[in-house]
Amino acid sequence: MELSVIGKYKLLVARLYGELDHHGAGEIREAIDRELMRRGVRNLAMDFTNMGFMDSSGLGLVMGRYKKVSAIGGRLIVCGMNNNIRRIFQMCGLQRIAIVADSLEEGMEELDK
Amino acid sequence: MNKMRLEFLSRSDNERFARTVAAAFMLELDPTVEQLSEVKTAISEAVTNAVIHGYDGSEGIIVLEGTLDKNAVKFSVIDRGIGIRDIEKAREPLYSGKPEMERSGMGFTIMEAFMDSIEVESAPGKGTRVTMTKTVEAEDEG
Repeated sequence: MELSVIGKYKLLVARLYGELDHHGAGEIREAIDRELMRRGVRNLAMDFTNMGFMDSSGLGLVMGRYKKVSAIGGRLIVCGMNNNIRRIFQMCGLQRIAIVADSLEEGMEELDK
Repeated sequence: MNKMRLEFLSRSDNERFARTVAAAFMLELDPTVEQLSEVKTAISEAVTNAVIHGYDGSEGIIVLEGTLDKNAVKFSVIDRGIGIRDIEKAREPLYSGKPEMERSGMGFTIMEAFMDSIEVESAPGKGTRVTMTKTVEAEDEG
């Protein structure tokens, strides 16, 4: 995973790679939460463009991060999902609470609105 | 007709191992990328349940059995862990036995959505067997 900050949007960007399951979710969660605190940003983008596989552990990770950023008045962007990952997110209604976008740029445009 | 059986330790890094083996086993049916992905996700859910809930983080043996018959595949994920007291409750969407671990409670719902059928047999103290089937329809040519 790569973490970077886009100051203009007070946005932490987490670019995820490979496969997301229970085995790897804990480490990703800790890293994102640590950076959110340290960088003092309030919005979070999780970019799935380079993620080929995800199971329900990813849902738990994303819903948990949604709770974190909404508690500090921020918003969550989830972008770049393949069809399978998108279907899993739709099952729990992620599109109703987060900005779901094809690309990070598209997600950031929503933050402007 | 083909059969496979795999035994492995209930370690979280074996979740990936198990779903990769399941996907490789069914390649003979010439599934689409999407069908493979659905089966991998369902196997990952069942194995994760065995690791987290069945053995509750302690070490045990998980068995993955697979059967190919014509254009259908059947997988069973079996543990000898603590078992499920209330199977109906466990299968409810968003119900998690371990909410403190940020589990979504969507594991069984995903297995149901991605496979054609799922059967759960479990007894407290004895373990759990989750059996799932999927038919891989031949793609229309052209």
